[in-house]
Amino acid sequence: MAAVDINAKIPNNVDLAGDRRLQRALEQWQPKFVRWWEELGPAAFARNPVYLRTAIDVGQEGWANFGHVEMPDYRWGIFLSDREKDRKIAFGDHKGEDVWQEVPGEYRSDLRRLIVVQGDTEPASVEQQRKLSLTAPSLYDMRNLFQVNVEEGRHLWAMVYLLHGYFGRDGRDEADEMLERHSGDADNPRILGAFNEETPDWLSFFMFTYFTDRDGKYQLASLRESAFDPLSRTCEFMLKEEAHHMFVGASGVGRVVQRTAELIREHDTDDIHQYGGINLDVLQKYINFHYSVSLDLFGSETSTNAANYFASGLKGRFQEERRDDDHLLKSVYRTVPDWTESGIGAREVTQLAALNETLRDDYSEDCQKGVDRWNRALEEAGINFTFRLANTSFNRKVGTFRDHHMSPDGKPISDAEWEANMDRWLPSDSDRAHVLSLMTGVSEPGKMAGWVAPPSRGIHQKPVDYEYVRV
Amino acid sequence: MIEPLIDFTTAPDRYRHWTLDIDGSTAILTMAVDPAAGLRDDYELKTNSYDLGVDIELHDAVQRLRFEHPGVNVVVVTGGLDKIFCAGANIQMLAGASHGHKVNFCKFTNETRNGIEDATANSRQTWIAAVNGTAAGGGYELALACDEILLIDDKSSAVSLPEIPLLAVLPGTGGLTRVVEKRHVRRDLADAFSTRTEGIRGKTAVEWGLVDHIAPASTWDDLIAERIAARAAESDRPSGGAGIELSPLDRTMTDDSLAYTTVAVTIDRPTGSATFSIQAPEGAQPATGDELVAAGADAWMLRTVRELDDAILHLRFNETGIGTWVFRTAGESDAVAQAEAVLSADADHWAVRETRLFWARTLERLDVSARSLVTVVEPGSCFVGTLAELVLVADRSFMLEGSWEDLDDPPPPASIRLTEASLGWYPMPNALTRLRTRFWGRDDAYEKATAVVGKDLLANDATEAELVTFTPDDLDWEDELRITLEERNSFSPDALTGMEANYRFVGPETMKTKIFSRLSAWQNWIFQRPNAVGPDGALQRFGTGSRPDYDKNRV
Ligand SMILES: [Fe+2]
Ligand SMILES: [Fe+2]
Repeated sequence: MAAVDINAKIPNNVDLAGDRRLQRALEQWQPKFVRWWEELGPAAFARNPVYLRTAIDVGQEGWANFGHVEMPDYRWGIFLSDREKDRKIAFGDHKGEDVWQEVPGEYRSDLRRLIVVQGDTEPASVEQQRKLSLTAPSLYDMRNLFQVNVEEGRHLWAMVYLLHGYFGRDGRDEADEMLERHSGDADNPRILGAFNEETPDWLSFFMFTYFTDRDGKYQLASLRESAFDPLSRTCEFMLKEEAHHMFVGASGVGRVVQRTAELIREHDTDDIHQYGGINLDVLQKYINFHYSVSLDLFGSETSTNAANYFASGLKGRFQEERRDDDHLLKSVYRTVPDWTESGIGAREVTQLAALNETLRDDYSEDCQKGVDRWNRALEEAGINFTFRLANTSFNRKVGTFRDHHMSPDGKPISDAEWEANMDRWLPSDSDRAHVLSLMTGVSEPGKMAGWVAPPSRGIHQKPVDYEYVRV
Repeated sequence: MIEPLIDFTTAPDRYRHWTLDIDGSTAILTMAVDPAAGLRDDYELKTNSYDLGVDIELHDAVQRLRFEHPGVNVVVVTGGLDKIFCAGANIQMLAGASHGHKVNFCKFTNETRNGIEDATANSRQTWIAAVNGTAAGGGYELALACDEILLIDDKSSAVSLPEIPLLAVLPGTGGLTRVVEKRHVRRDLADAFSTRTEGIRGKTAVEWGLVDHIAPASTWDDLIAERIAARAAESDRPSGGAGIELSPLDRTMTDDSLAYTTVAVTIDRPTGSATFSIQAPEGAQPATGDELVAAGADAWMLRTVRELDDAILHLRFNETGIGTWVFRTAGESDAVAQAEAVLSADADHWAVRETRLFWARTLERLDVSARSLVTVVEPGSCFVGTLAELVLVADRSFMLEGSWEDLDDPPPPASIRLTEASLGWYPMPNALTRLRTRFWGRDDAYEKATAVVGKDLLANDATEAELVTFTPDDLDWEDELRITLEERNSFSPDALTGMEANYRFVGPETMKTKIFSRLSAWQNWIFQRPNAVGPDGALQRFGTGSRPDYDKNRV
């Protein structure tokens, strides 16, 4: 294929036209990807023109090109952030050495594993969200969903590029398998448990993009520190897109909160259920659920794998270079939570052993910011209610609290107490049924479903009532 | 400790420890070790004790007897000191050597003794030990490698394996194995013998099966003469005639390379690997045994195996940190086929037989080398017949599928060709061919592979016949090789050695596999144990007058 053709088909800044090996690998993979997209991508409006952003370059203008496209024709591209000259490894046993432009044989399987685990989540979320376009609360939201979906698709491309470009035949096999595993498929599930649950409704979608995509942000940010430079540069660029996904989540939840506040004031009651809104306590339960499930994605409090990845230079910490320590972490200590009969105890371990916990701390702190914003909106509306993030011990399936019931404020509780309160803390069947009952698709430009407020502005200077999806 | 560079090339006129006398069809090899001529200067080689240097000369003598002396059909090895045949490996040398050196030393001495047995069995050059004084430890093990042991009956000379009572280690040169496996000494008597410092003398030694014949000093020479005559009659070696002189190797050495005429080795220290490159012959090669003798050490088949053998030994001892050996070849496939054709066309000729046996021994050295073996088959290579054994010897092999597509004029794709060579010329230490070993318990796979003998196999054919491991195309090629070497270099060398040794030898046990695996593994364990090498262990306390202090716990 001529250089112009290949670059038009697959926008890239990795000299795809000059890399015969990569070209051939991607040409073999692309039809499989398209087939996958058609089978497991968006279930409705899949062929309608959508006002999407397409990255065609990493520069300021290049990465934000807007226009209507039919998703199957979306130009999924491969972009790495610009190479930082003379970049050195910032942490671990190789600290101070030049970063790697090739995969060292020694770390090949570990790096491949990290890339596969990250890559697997990207198509997984598209699969999880495939039915949501049926019930989008507005064309604006539908467009945002599709933007997130195509970008998750592009993130898959980014990971596949690394696998094809640097991991030979094994990498190609792994790339194929990422299209063969399917979210929720009992025989062939996605790697991480949380990515096998369907995203059943739009409230869950907003929560997912706020909480679960934020886990992705922290994973990508720590991979951005990697000594394997192509991985680092790939993740750097993905983070830009990921920021938009979290905006969809934060503003989405914010708009639900706003609408709920409006209904409360309008009807002068906290129970706006009957008026087609979502009650504050239900929102809190959704927050509890999505936050706790996302905390699990960081793994156990202490981890030898994470320590090995760090020591080998494969995966750093969030903003590694801004941290003021030895970047080796073998003789600096911190405490990690530890379950005891009487409550949450603490255990002192090396920071190296506690990397998962450190990343989880950074994540929690970040999560709190959006929660504070939602609370401010309530305050401004004169509503006396405060959203809280549950204690990190609550509803955990991974780590020290795995086999123990804990209350949202971090107290050990009995099985009976858990059973008695579960529906107060996590979405009950009737909560979910109610939320689901509100989900009816709205496809008239500018119109919003009744449970969510309109956004304050549209996309890329377009008005809110713009025809973001041509129906 | 920095071990001195060890050179495996020598010649009789440079021997410090042995004399080789040829008398018609008999050779007398006499050991008289020069105490001051050890490889290191922190020990003296007293009482015909040996170090690696002594054994390198012995190895050289074994090789030269086979090639340079076609008319010799009996070799008598005897002691040149008063009342001493040989006292075995030097204890101070062992006590001062690194663990790695001890292991390597034992491996080489074992290979040399296997070579002596091979000479007797296959070259029909029968080795007789004329034990004319004490043969202790390695001294008796040297005698055990001979086909017959004669012991002087002077009421003092004994054969013994005193390692266990004196040194807390095993007789590591096949002694324990050969006593029961080869000489069929009853196991309880073997136990008694091996724990008895002073050993066994005279008639008892014959009764227990430890030696074959005894004679007092007065008839000692008659006994030797009688046995020579008896054994000479069995041989099929030619009477006289020209031999093949093993002329000095043409070798250039730098820090990171080794170059001979057809074999070259380059070392890549970052990946801990050495690449052996073997060049196919150019020009016609001998077609008959007589032509082979006439061509002598210049004949490609002989030259190549000598160079390869020397390179292996050099790397084993002098480049212990280079853990992966990569094999490549270059040249015309048909030229290799033509060169080895003499091995079947004139198979019974003594020189042809010797050449084949030399290859067999050298390939066996690879089988027992504690290195990862990787063979790389690219366009322009010539893995045919004997050289195709290098594909089968490998722990992992790579063959390029297709050609170098980026070249304007891509060369024909790589092929390999099995010949008769793989069907029986070169048994492994387990006495099976590499092909049999590869398909152990899978007769149909074996049939499938033998069905393609003589055919040039492209990568997919070779995969089909299960002869190669991976066949990347040119796009993946460089990366796959690089990653394999880097990955190999990142693993524990000990664990790799253990894994490789386990996978290389399937199937039946033989005396060799028992020596190289069972005996060596136990010995290598014991060599690490405080009871042998600790400050209070036997090797350190030996000769100090104070007794070793053992940890009595059985493990
Ligand atoms: Fe993503
Ligand atoms: Fe995302």
